Amino acid sequence: MPLDKFSIAKRIAKELRDGYYVNLGIGIPTLVANYIPEGMDVVLQSENGLLGMGPFPVESEVDADLINAGKQTVTMLKGASLFSSADSFAMIRGSHVDLTVLGAMEIAENGDIANWKIPGKMVKGMGGAMDLVAATENIIVAMMQTNPKGESKLLPACTLPLTGKACITRVCTDLGFYEIKDGAFHLIEIAPDVMVEEVKAKTLGKLVISDNLKVMEL
Amino acid sequence: MNKVVKNADEAVKDIPNGATLMLGGFGLCGIPENGIAALIRKGVTGLTCISNNAGVDDFGIGLMLKTRQVKRMISSYVGENAEFERQLLSGELEVELIPQGTLAERVRAGGAGIPAFFTPTGYGTEVAEGKETREIGGKMYVLEKWLKADFALVKAWKGDTMGNLIYKGTARNFNPMMATAGKIVIAEVEELVEPGELDPNQIHTPGIYVSRIFKGENYEKRIEQRTVTKS
Repeated sequence: MPLDKFSIAKRIAKELRDGYYVNLGIGIPTLVANYIPEGMDVVLQSENGLLGMGPFPVESEVDADLINAGKQTVTMLKGASLFSSADSFAMIRGSHVDLTVLGAMEIAENGDIANWKIPGKMVKGMGGAMDLVAATENIIVAMMQTNPKGESKLLPACTLPLTGKACITRVCTDLGFYEIKDGAFHLIEIAPDVMVEEVKAKTLGKLVISDNLKVMEL
Repeated sequence: MNKVVKNADEAVKDIPNGATLMLGGFGLCGIPENGIAALIRKGVTGLTCISNNAGVDDFGIGLMLKTRQVKRMISSYVGENAEFERQLLSGELEVELIPQGTLAERVRAGGAGIPAFFTPTGYGTEVAEGKETREIGGKMYVLEKWLKADFALVKAWKGDTMGNLIYKGTARNFNPMMATAGKIVIAEVEELVEPGELDPNQIHTPGIYVSRIFKGENYEKRIEQRTVTKS
């Protein structure tokens, strides 16, 4: 079975390490926070100016002056800090954030990413995504392998306006976990009970099946 | 050094048609609610608004879009506003979308007297089109220029009559940089106190940057995404 969005988040959470400062994008990436291993010290950065973001508040704690990058009400954990948007992106561009997880509409076999605009249709803006992909070394893209029309999102080249050039090295989809190198998607883990044929059928970009292909552990 | 004005209407009374404004806030968090309401009452038009977002249909800058007071928006993300999208796709509204970190830094640079800087953000994308690029230490960077405004409208939690400001929570966001990058900086605060009542160690925006300050009224502080956990 292909993974659901929760299982994708669960798999990505395995890449967290003790002491990491992590930025989680909107959508599936946000769910990664639910699977931080017990006892592991991970600090979440919210690009609107918060380090040490906690869970959603209970009704009595709701504070309009405390939101995350998705404009949702949140809480602060002990040791949290607050800062301006300029400081926040200094942390991001200055490579002080250890891991970034974000969504995408298209990924290319050379590591290009597109996730901010569909010309003539959707003009929401890039928000902080271009800054995150331009400067962070350690990025994981979390997304479904295909779009709602069933078309592959792993492509030879992006068709949508780019968010960043040759900056993505790891992708986790509902079908597998990929490393991008040497101009190809290298499938290193496959979702449980998914056939390699399905991965091949749903990958338009160059695909290499790793010699050490493993079944994903969740 | 008393910078207090009576209210929002007095604070914005000399903002002319066609002015370039900066407005603090991220989403609806930390926006100058009183200043926006006064701009609508005043009916000033042809505005260029520099703000991370454009409000929602019936709150924040969205209210000024409805009244067609905005000619041009400079933002990083405008996804929560159907009227905005309609005006944009029909060509009634000009929009420049800028990466969020580049927007924050361009405003900071404007206030700090740095006319331009190189950033890795946007290299190889349409954001970099027409801009100077340069290789520094083996990596490519894009030259981005400072942003300044005729007026900046910021919102703080507490302020004193000399214009010193303290922000609360994530309502800080773009406010501190915008408070440095307007020719005239208008601060609205929830609590206005006398000099000496704020701890100098805690001041986020020193009063030198602020031109006018007033105590705002009836803050709605609307929440875009009210998310709660059951206790």
